[in-house]
Amino acid sequence: MSTNVMNIISGSILEEEPTLNLAELCQCCQTPAEFIIRLVDQGVIAPLEGESTRQWRFHQSAQIRTHKALRLRQDLGINLSGVALSLELMDEIDKLKRELNHLKHIAEHELFDA
Amino acid sequence: MEYKDYYEILGLKKDAPQDEIKRAYRKLARKYHPDVSKESDAEKKFKEVGEAYEVLKDPEKREAYDQLGANWKAGQDGFQPPPDWEQNFDFGGGGYTQGNAEDYSSFFEDLFGGDRASSGRYYRSGGATGGFQAKGENVRAKIMVDLEDSLNGTKQSVKMAIPEVNEQGQVVSKHRTLSIKIPKGIKEGQTIRLSKQGNPGHGGGEPGDLLIEVAFNPHKLYNINEKDISLNVPVAPWEATLGAKIKVPTPDGKKVDMKIPPDSQQGRKLRLKGKGLPGKNAGDFYVVLQITLPPSSNPKVKEFNEKMRDEIDFNPRSYLF
Repeated sequence: MSTNVMNIISGSILEEEPTLNLAELCQCCQTPAEFIIRLVDQGVIAPLEGESTRQWRFHQSAQIRTHKALRLRQDLGINLSGVALSLELMDEIDKLKRELNHLKHIAEHELFDA
Repeated sequence: MEYKDYYEILGLKKDAPQDEIKRAYRKLARKYHPDVSKESDAEKKFKEVGEAYEVLKDPEKREAYDQLGANWKAGQDGFQPPPDWEQNFDFGGGGYTQGNAEDYSSFFEDLFGGDRASSGRYYRSGGATGGFQAKGENVRAKIMVDLEDSLNGTKQSVKMAIPEVNEQGQVVSKHRTLSIKIPKGIKEGQTIRLSKQGNPGHGGGEPGDLLIEVAFNPHKLYNINEKDISLNVPVAPWEATLGAKIKVPTPDGKKVDMKIPPDSQQGRKLRLKGKGLPGKNAGDFYVVLQITLPPSSNPKVKEFNEKMRDEIDFNPRSYLF
């Protein structure tokens, strides 16, 4: 059973949508507030503003990260500090890869010029 | 139906002890986890590994599988379980012990599927009975776009298999090709959200969203960092020393005149504001000067440089001592 739908769908850029409060973030990640608070405690996600949990506002990308944390925890059986460490290391690898690509780019040009 | 060699998938021998199966699974699960691996077929591999482990970790299922598998080669089509299958092994009511029903292959389903309607993620998270409503799960995907796509905002086709629940309550894979608009000015790592294009909702709830993570194909000229774009531009030593006016290509396909200030050192960055990726906070375009030497095989070049060496008092390394 397969169908093809070929109308052009416009999306929005998630990161540029309005921020979320704690309840909204819980809802779109289908996870209890306690879990979000633990993620904040571990530094996996950080609220943009707000002193108390009731005033917290989250960037939309926090839901992507929360989902990632949930999946890593469930699929690989790692605890939250392990999740935090993995996410940080993956970010670091991404950053290094981008830098490496940049340097390769320069190196190629140097070879080309020689 | 295609026969699957679960041992091969986990990289194990047929007589591997149980704890070795566990170790192999854990290692491969970490390797192919779609949030960890950058390989495009990571999700497929992750599911295969999960399916293989689901069977091999359970001694009863493993034994049943071993009996079946003895006469079959992996990948062979037309596989049918023997007619008395399941009489000797009772999986009927057990279903999956963990994992998501829609993730398993039809090979697995036919052997161990059991009573679908009482297991699997849809029913566990949504509640099988009563008027419970829940939003469908979000579906994730990744696309590679070119710099030009972000500059101009184009459309791109995305092919995906989306599990759906049919009238019988079965999970079927439905292939869809979506033509999506790449928003102008999108940058690496951002996510395009397509509302209600994800998995269907439960009990009449809303469908989930389709979340597409964007990555850029490397560009042969330009380097992209967040919203900024940079270009290495070679200049002659005298252009860098005396200053010059040169023509530079910009990402939008135009050419601009650019003034190089006198005494520009190697690597100097010249900025064209707002000429990076477009958008509310448009990025900048940087021209990075690369001083490029003319070859000394040219006698004139040799002559000029010897003259500079002999007549100019300049020690670039004075700060080292």
